[in-house]
Amino acid sequence: MAIHHAHPPGFAHQFEDMQQQREAGSLGMWVFLLTEMMFFGGLFATYIVYRALYLPSFEIGSHLLEVRFGALNTAVLIGSSLTMALAIHSAQIGKRGAQVGFLITTMILGAAFLFIKFTFEWRHDYVEHLVPGFGFAIRPEWGAPGAHVPMFFCFYFFMTGLHALHMIIGIGILAVLTVMAHRGRFTPQYYSPLEVSGLYWHFVDIVWIFLFPLLYLIGGRYLRGGH
Amino acid sequence: MSEHIVPVKTYIGIFVALLCLTALTTGVAYVDLGAFNTVAALAIAVAKMLLVVLFFMHVKYSGGLTKVFILAGVLFFAILVTLTLADELTRHWSPTPTGWGTLAPLLSRFF
Repeated sequence: MAIHHAHPPGFAHQFEDMQQQREAGSLGMWVFLLTEMMFFGGLFATYIVYRALYLPSFEIGSHLLEVRFGALNTAVLIGSSLTMALAIHSAQIGKRGAQVGFLITTMILGAAFLFIKFTFEWRHDYVEHLVPGFGFAIRPEWGAPGAHVPMFFCFYFFMTGLHALHMIIGIGILAVLTVMAHRGRFTPQYYSPLEVSGLYWHFVDIVWIFLFPLLYLIGGRYLRGGH
Repeated sequence: MSEHIVPVKTYIGIFVALLCLTALTTGVAYVDLGAFNTVAALAIAVAKMLLVVLFFMHVKYSGGLTKVFILAGVLFFAILVTLTLADELTRHWSPTPTGWGTLAPLLSRFF
């Protein structure tokens, strides 16, 4: 095994060099993310079709969401993407303490997103009887389109729920990375676990970047109290 | 394609740009632009996605193979949405038979 002494830590011998290993890892992660894109893409495509079919109902549903919470959560998630990128940057320049600090900040911001989502938004929806299957109450003031408002909320809970599930998995991955970073596993030559986990985290951010306008913003927001 | 370390200044700049675009898309939603509201919301979302993909996800500094893979994925997503909408949005262009009843006058000639 003498030959392994010449190798940098974390180097797998089937690769030519660290550069090739890093690129292979990122490419593999991108292939996974593309399957994720098709996975969420199916939901997005179905949402577009049903929105076209029941536009007035979907506009009523959209008006029942709180834009301020959606916008705040967008900012929180963008902030977490920044700290994730800075964690990788810290690994690239070999700063272990900064890696751990930025990873923990990313986890805190991710948890803040989920806290806002669950305790302010979902709980509020439950109290207002807007959760399909859990005592959804169609309000008389919605008129005829009211019959399909539960369809909007089905999409809302499935899409934000799947997104939240990805966030929870992401926070779990970050917890493992924090321990690895603390133990000094990452060097400027080897930080692939950080890099590919960062790709995942940014992907989840991008899903929210599209969910926010599609669910909260479009659909006649300018008609204040129109419904 | 050597490893490229993006300066912290770039990351901060992208972060500020993303926050500005979030404020812009939220503000625009309260202005009546007709059908253009949806176009504006999606255009801003695509711009934000590009900033995240190119800089935070380092695709700007990645090799050609990664870029080709991503473009292939985007192409398939475009096929998914386009063909689905080509069906759903054009159904009312031609009348749809509601059942065998539509064919009754024709069938009665033979049976």
